Amino acid sequence: MKKKTLAMLLSWTLILAVILTGCNNAGSGGGSDSGSNAGGGDSGTDGKVTLKFMHLWPAGSSAQQNKLVNDIIQQYQTDNPNVTIKQEVLENEQYKNKLKILSASNELPDVGVTWAAGFLEPYVKGSLFAPLDELLNGSLGEKFIAGTTEAYAVDGKTYALPIELNISPIYYNKAIFDKYNLQPPATYDEFLNVVKTLNDHGEVPIALGNKDRWTGSLWYMYLANRVGGDALEKAINGSGKFDDPALTQAAAEVQKLVDMNAFNKGFNGLSNDEGKSEFMNEKAAMYLMGTWELPNFTTNPDIPQEFKDKVGFFKFPTIDGGKGDINSWVGGPGVGLFAAQNSKVKDEAQKFIQYFVEKWGESSVTEAGVIPATKVDTAAVQLPQLYIDLLNELNQASSLTLFADVQMKPAAAQAHLDMIQALFGKAVTPEDFVKNHQAAIDKGN
Amino acid sequence: MDKVMSNRLVAALYVLPALLLLLVLVYIPIVLTGYYGLMQWDGIGAMTFIGLDNYTRLIQDSTFWQSANHTFLLALFSALSLIGYLMIALVLSGKIKGANLFRKIYLIPMLLSSVAIAQLWLKIYHPSNGVLNSFLEAIGFSNPPAWLAEPSLVLYALFVPILWQYAGFYILIYYAALKNIPESLIEAARIDGANPWQIAFRIKLPLITEVIKVTVVLAVVGSLKYFDLIYVMTDGGPNGASEVMASYMYRQAFRSFDFGYGSAVGFFLLLICLVVTWLLRKATASKDTIQYS
Repeated sequence: MKKKTLAMLLSWTLILAVILTGCNNAGSGGGSDSGSNAGGGDSGTDGKVTLKFMHLWPAGSSAQQNKLVNDIIQQYQTDNPNVTIKQEVLENEQYKNKLKILSASNELPDVGVTWAAGFLEPYVKGSLFAPLDELLNGSLGEKFIAGTTEAYAVDGKTYALPIELNISPIYYNKAIFDKYNLQPPATYDEFLNVVKTLNDHGEVPIALGNKDRWTGSLWYMYLANRVGGDALEKAINGSGKFDDPALTQAAAEVQKLVDMNAFNKGFNGLSNDEGKSEFMNEKAAMYLMGTWELPNFTTNPDIPQEFKDKVGFFKFPTIDGGKGDINSWVGGPGVGLFAAQNSKVKDEAQKFIQYFVEKWGESSVTEAGVIPATKVDTAAVQLPQLYIDLLNELNQASSLTLFADVQMKPAAAQAHLDMIQALFGKAVTPEDFVKNHQAAIDKGN
Repeated sequence: MDKVMSNRLVAALYVLPALLLLLVLVYIPIVLTGYYGLMQWDGIGAMTFIGLDNYTRLIQDSTFWQSANHTFLLALFSALSLIGYLMIALVLSGKIKGANLFRKIYLIPMLLSSVAIAQLWLKIYHPSNGVLNSFLEAIGFSNPPAWLAEPSLVLYALFVPILWQYAGFYILIYYAALKNIPESLIEAARIDGANPWQIAFRIKLPLITEVIKVTVVLAVVGSLKYFDLIYVMTDGGPNGASEVMASYMYRQAFRSFDFGYGSAVGFFLLLICLVVTWLLRKATASKDTIQYS
């Protein structure tokens, strides 16, 4: 009997201990949390405010951007001593997943990163993002390059502010081109000739990692644009159809390139990073990618200058008889910042977004070497030539076509990406390729 | 202590914390998944009740059946590979030189996380400068395949690291079971003139049948819900050629924003796992368990 009481006593103490420590933690955590929220509710008082900020520039893979974010946050905290900013950093793919899960439980961070158009729409429809039109109507509005904020608007309200603007050139290795006396091609026939010459000499013409699918999508989008003008955009937004012969022809061109061995071997099983490394290691001559890669060719100290000097770019060539002109680009605003609709410190979040966009605009050029969505004064700073050239191209762009998987709604985007991989893997005919696209678009949502 | 345990209240008290955790982390999510499977839901906005529509769609979804097919292939391969593991364990449990070293070698993959293993095998399978293709080229194959980009090969290319990953686990289980057999039994058999084969197949294997049954269930159910290596290495591609049920569920819920359908796939997967486990237990049930006295 004595033993039994002892055992009972022991187990109860254990349970109590667990409960008490649990409560204690929850208590203190909850306390500081509610304190900060109460303070944030009216940012006029000198109460402490904690802002949660989730972004996708880890120190490992986006070193320049990560440093920039930290600088901005530090400055902001110095200027606003009552504000503490808690960062959460995730890789691109994990970021998207976490955002999704947080949305389902309605626990979004106060400020976060989002993509435009079709990606943003479900979040807006679920009233998770706060409209930011007030910021746009203020002094911030005129800082954006015309047309960049529209991609973040749903039903006339803007739900996120862009911080990047991208176009996608074909980067090429000048040394490899020189070796075979090749010039950057201006027409598609010349381009095919470049591919053929490189192939004949045992060089890999184009680096591609199509496991990620959107990488192959860039090639298809350009071909669709050069053959059919804005046919693809129209088919996506519903004002046209995928049965436009230009879209089938573009798909056929992709398979023609595959048949010519234009891309590195096994591209459908390689991620974009693996594909990119073929180009970075000078094992492939060309690489089609967004200008977010610019730091690797200009400012990133980890890449040898010798390689950086070899990198040039050209615009996607025009196709004889096609409708697209050479100055229309695949690109558009990259990621933007949103404020959560149910954030308890919404005012503070908006203030931070305004601050972030301005600072990012000023320093992203010089420090990270990426092109911001706000206007850049190139005269004031010393910039790499490659950067200036691309910025000039951007200013002369006749049209910017937003990446197809961002334009489309999630389910259709997924179908598009799967179809792209099938097309490159020759698992689908160009005719079925467009047919399946139409079916996915028709399904809606 | 027996006295303490005979008190039902105390016993319940000890079980309660684990039971609560299990309930909150396992059983409630299972019920919720089944519930979401009845909804049309993008994971963010409002849910609409659509009855069994997701399930009827599932039955007619050829991509789902394709991935289910891949899953069953994986389960089959896992079950068959157990024979190999068993053989290795039999050899290791005998008195051979270096058995200790081999045991450690087999166990090492267990220590690595799936993602690390995936990265390692991505390097091995790299189409142009991977270890495998470099080797094949060195011994005279002029154009070895791009293993992870070839729809007809990718699934089998993935099975290799998956089976390799779990080899140590099963070998360890078998090894422990075999070591548990009293030496005196084997000694007696040897004196009666049994050769090593007879000892292995007439004495050792029958004595560990219960363990073998458990590993079969573990291997089959484990492969039915297999996800991580495939997700990292191929993401189900190219063009669905390496999609399994779990990765298909993930794709529907998190990529296509179709949480309802994804939940239906998940719930269906659970049902399949339950049925298969039940069938396996049924098929391997035996009344007379052999015991060493």
